Amino acid sequence: MNAEELMYCPTHEWVSTTGENGETIATIGISAFAVEQLTDLVYMELPDVGNQVVAGQEFGEVESVKAVSPMYSPVSGEVIAVNDELTDQLETLNDDPYTAGWIMKVKLSGVLPDNLLDFAAYQKQCAESS
Amino acid sequence: MDNQLLQTPLYQWHVDQGARMVDFANWSMPIQYQSIVQEHQATRSAVTMFDVSHMGRIRFDGPSGGELLDRLLTRSVLDMQLGQVRYSLICNHEGGILDDVLVYHLESPTGARYFLLVVNASNRQKIVEWITAQWPDESVVEIQDRTVDTAMLAVQGPAALETIQPLFDFDISAMKYFRAKVTNQMKKPCILSRTGYTGEDGFELILKADQTLQVTQNIFAAGRAHDIAPAGLGSRDTLRMESAMPLYGHELNEQLNPLEAGLGFAVSLQDPMGNDRDFIGGEAIRQTKTNGVKRTRIGLQLEGKRAARAGYTIYCDGQVIGEVTSGSFSPTLQHSIAMGYVDQLNLPLGSALEIDVRGKMLPAITCKLPFYKRT
Repeated sequence: MNAEELMYCPTHEWVSTTGENGETIATIGISAFAVEQLTDLVYMELPDVGNQVVAGQEFGEVESVKAVSPMYSPVSGEVIAVNDELTDQLETLNDDPYTAGWIMKVKLSGVLPDNLLDFAAYQKQCAESS
Repeated sequence: MDNQLLQTPLYQWHVDQGARMVDFANWSMPIQYQSIVQEHQATRSAVTMFDVSHMGRIRFDGPSGGELLDRLLTRSVLDMQLGQVRYSLICNHEGGILDDVLVYHLESPTGARYFLLVVNASNRQKIVEWITAQWPDESVVEIQDRTVDTAMLAVQGPAALETIQPLFDFDISAMKYFRAKVTNQMKKPCILSRTGYTGEDGFELILKADQTLQVTQNIFAAGRAHDIAPAGLGSRDTLRMESAMPLYGHELNEQLNPLEAGLGFAVSLQDPMGNDRDFIGGEAIRQTKTNGVKRTRIGLQLEGKRAARAGYTIYCDGQVIGEVTSGSFSPTLQHSIAMGYVDQLNLPLGSALEIDVRGKMLPAITCKLPFYKRT
């Protein structure tokens, strides 16, 4: 996926949506900026398929040598897939955070929250924080 | 807030190297330049340089310096030879650990003999105040906090010796571990010691603040052939953990005494003549030795890479037996390691315990310390 076409949380998760059979499916990951800030990833805790996630609430955590960081869901809905291969291959997040590094897919309940940032706004936030 | 933090003479150099700077004990210090794991591995396999100028450096001049320190430190100081460095503790009257320190016995180029104490950055103020309170008489010992007008660099790793040899006009390979010498760099005095906090061979240099940048550039020029890299506090922590070296505020605090911390080697209850030494905390430590300790420091290994961090609870057969004090993924061993205190004193090596990692019980096996020892 192209980073410039994604939407972002201020907490560094990305989301893209597609329509399938009248449902909206969101694919969620964490940004290249987040991966670079974390460095030395050692562990990721993913939700189970079937879990409900809520926009703005924690759905899992990512751990680096230095610290544990919660990951927040950009959307509300039901988890329909998780990227199990990722947990044993966290370096995928360095190489390809926006395609192979996807974390979970969620069947949306309702619409996308309106506090998501587009690429330009997210880039601006990252530039200001680093 | 940043402008209130203390900066080492290498602050701008760190920023120019791309360091991520953090507040550590009121100093702005590099936590990492690139990757903590890479800096860790470079220290184990080649050579890295750490800026450790935040460590407190306190100099004791005058005829009674040794006597004062002998009363303050858990190991004897009066029998130290010139050029010797000793690891020791400073305890309060109850035997609680106020700090762990290195004490150096040195001779300046003018022939003056003095002692130097290197203390933790987080404890510098406390220790200076403690010393002053124990020794109000300034007439026989002059105590100077030299921290801000000097800097301290640690060059660590198997290639440390070859890296810094060109900076000195004598054979530094003849210097033994825990030895120090007042020498010079660019015609100014410099203390060179064969010491470190990584578990590898290495040297530490104490320099005048204003020559630190130039000496750093000389070290990097000399170390280029060995792929020298800068390393930050992140890898300093994972390196010391693998070597099971305690860190103040984690394995050491005022509620713990040296015997519980497994640091009996850093306490001399008797002087070299076999007489009981009179030092602060000595009576309390003798009592502990007689009555036995209530808890003990252990090493733990976990299966995966997920860390059991400071403060996590340790369980044995469903019962709480203690708490983790430090834990991390070990870059050398490629799995997670931890240290902690437990109130079960005689757990055999290989005991199966559990650690509550944010709500999930992870299995952990007791193992001997250190986790890593260089060959």
